[in-house]
Amino acid sequence: MIDLLVTHYNYLVVVVLIGIGLYGVTASPNLVKKIIGLNIFQVGIFLFFVTSGYVDGAAPPLLGHGSGPYASPLPHVLILTAIVVGVSLTAVALALVVRIYDAYGTLDEDAIEEVRTHD
Amino acid sequence: MTDALPLLVVVPIVFALAPIAVGRVRESAGWLAAVAATFVHLGLSVSVLATVLTAGRTSYAVGGYPPPFGIELVADGVSAVLVVLVSVVTLATVVYARSVGPRSNTFYSELLILTAGISGVVVTGDLFNLYVFLEITGLATYALVATGRSPAAALASLKYLLVGTIGASLYLLGVGYLYISTGSLNMADLAGLLPELGYDSPLVLTGFALIVVGLSVKTALFPLHTWQPDAYAESPDSVTAYISALVSTAAAYALFRVIYAVFTPAFDAAVPAALDVLVVLASVSVVVGSVLAVLQSDLKRMLAYSSVAQFGLVVAGFAVVNGTATLGGLVHLVGHGVMKAGLFVAVGALATVAGGRTIDDFAGMADRAPVVSAAFATLAFALVGVPPAVGFAGKWHIVLGAVEAGRWIVAGVAVVSTLLTLAYFARVVERLYFRDAPAAPDVADHPDAAAAADADAALTADGSGTTAEAEAAADSIDAGPPTVSTQARLVVVAAAVAAVVLGVFATDLISIFEPVVEVSFQ
Repeated sequence: MIDLLVTHYNYLVVVVLIGIGLYGVTASPNLVKKIIGLNIFQVGIFLFFVTSGYVDGAAPPLLGHGSGPYASPLPHVLILTAIVVGVSLTAVALALVVRIYDAYGTLDEDAIEEVRTHD
Repeated sequence: MTDALPLLVVVPIVFALAPIAVGRVRESAGWLAAVAATFVHLGLSVSVLATVLTAGRTSYAVGGYPPPFGIELVADGVSAVLVVLVSVVTLATVVYARSVGPRSNTFYSELLILTAGISGVVVTGDLFNLYVFLEITGLATYALVATGRSPAAALASLKYLLVGTIGASLYLLGVGYLYISTGSLNMADLAGLLPELGYDSPLVLTGFALIVVGLSVKTALFPLHTWQPDAYAESPDSVTAYISALVSTAAAYALFRVIYAVFTPAFDAAVPAALDVLVVLASVSVVVGSVLAVLQSDLKRMLAYSSVAQFGLVVAGFAVVNGTATLGGLVHLVGHGVMKAGLFVAVGALATVAGGRTIDDFAGMADRAPVVSAAFATLAFALVGVPPAVGFAGKWHIVLGAVEAGRWIVAGVAVVSTLLTLAYFARVVERLYFRDAPAAPDVADHPDAAAAADADAALTADGSGTTAEAEAAADSIDAGPPTVSTQARLVVVAAAVAAVVLGVFATDLISIFEPVVEVSFQ
């Protein structure tokens, strides 16, 4: 068990981050905190990819940079793309939050629901 | 002409800048730019279809890197037909948006970005690339849903964004599992690598589960559909028509690719439980979606829940893993896109005339908007599955395949859903045709008209007096009751005709799809 913790701690961090993120999205009534939760959730997945591409003591796959083992750069490149997607999603989400706050004057989901049912 | 494949994605993205750019010079030129882009896209997709029909499956290596290493774009019978559907629906939406709006040039830009995203989902042959296109589709859809001016639209869009992003992220996590276990992201390559690894490996099974859940969120299968009714109901009419026809369709198509091109029917033979779960999920979706649709009085919400049910049927067709049922699922996927877009446009048009979009508002509308009402009834019965329309062809093959494969649950659910579909459409058609419009339809609903009636009464009573007020009121009556715009009428009738014509030529459609499905069953 201790062995697993020492050798695979990065995967445990992934699980913890995904859990915290999902909890944030579902449990918090605050819309901005939901978006923060979404980001933490995505970071967990990013870390999963990046950590899977890590090879202890490996060299970058370039000529003249030491001899093998070589680490594949592909997972990191994929996640670079995914990070860009995540940033754009956050931007759109925050833009929507600004509109919602302008209309309802609150970011609390329950309060917004109350305003809407009274209308 | 394989170069047309990347252009299907590149053209709408590049043209997406055009409406804003030319709009700065002349506001009204933005629409023309959007129309030009859709025509170019239509030309490209028809040329891709023509290539596929003569030469079979074609592929394009992006950046010149050969497929297992680089990204591959693939066109075969199924994807070629779907890109044509994308082009046609985009063209119809741009035409329709001319009359109902939103007329801003940014709207046209967002629409073109969405077109690029969906085209990408349809033609890509790479799992990670599929994720990127799904998210481009998602981002553009969130923005489009929020073009509705009400704060409720922003709220619906944010809800969609949160749920949709979690779905897409789960998909990405699933792709990560497959990538770690095989080292490949290319769909065709994965299909060869997964059996070597063993289909019952925990990594592969987890990857499959995550991918299916992620795509089910995007397809809006019950109980992952919660974002969908709000998003459909709060969007402007033109946006609803577009996203109902294409966005969930793209996700369901991605599910088809994952099941048949990546995991292949051999996976079902090795691990039958995996797709059994999906069959149950889809069947529940059909029944619950239909029942919820029957309970709605807002027609846009009713159609939205109807989509939950219909996509359940499509996915059930895929999950049965039988050639006939799969073909039926694909036919219903295409047919549903055409019919649902037409129905949403028809509801939007009728609601403008009726002044509301609940079922009771539509009483006696057949007299006031005969063409659209007739088209609505045609589309409704087409979706119910009355032959010869396309809804019948799709459902028939799904049921036939389910019986062949011994999946009686799917066959039963398809029949129950047909009855429920009839139940929720029949009451609308009944009100359209067999109820009289309320005696003085405008008095109750429009205070202006009521005031006018009062003013008229005052005028006849004392012959003088409130003349100015009466004239003002009379003007508002002269402006006339709102009528159905020509564009809307054109789009609805075209959709109704297309639904019937597709049904008549369903066997030809199936013969285009057949080689693709047969390959994966070998």
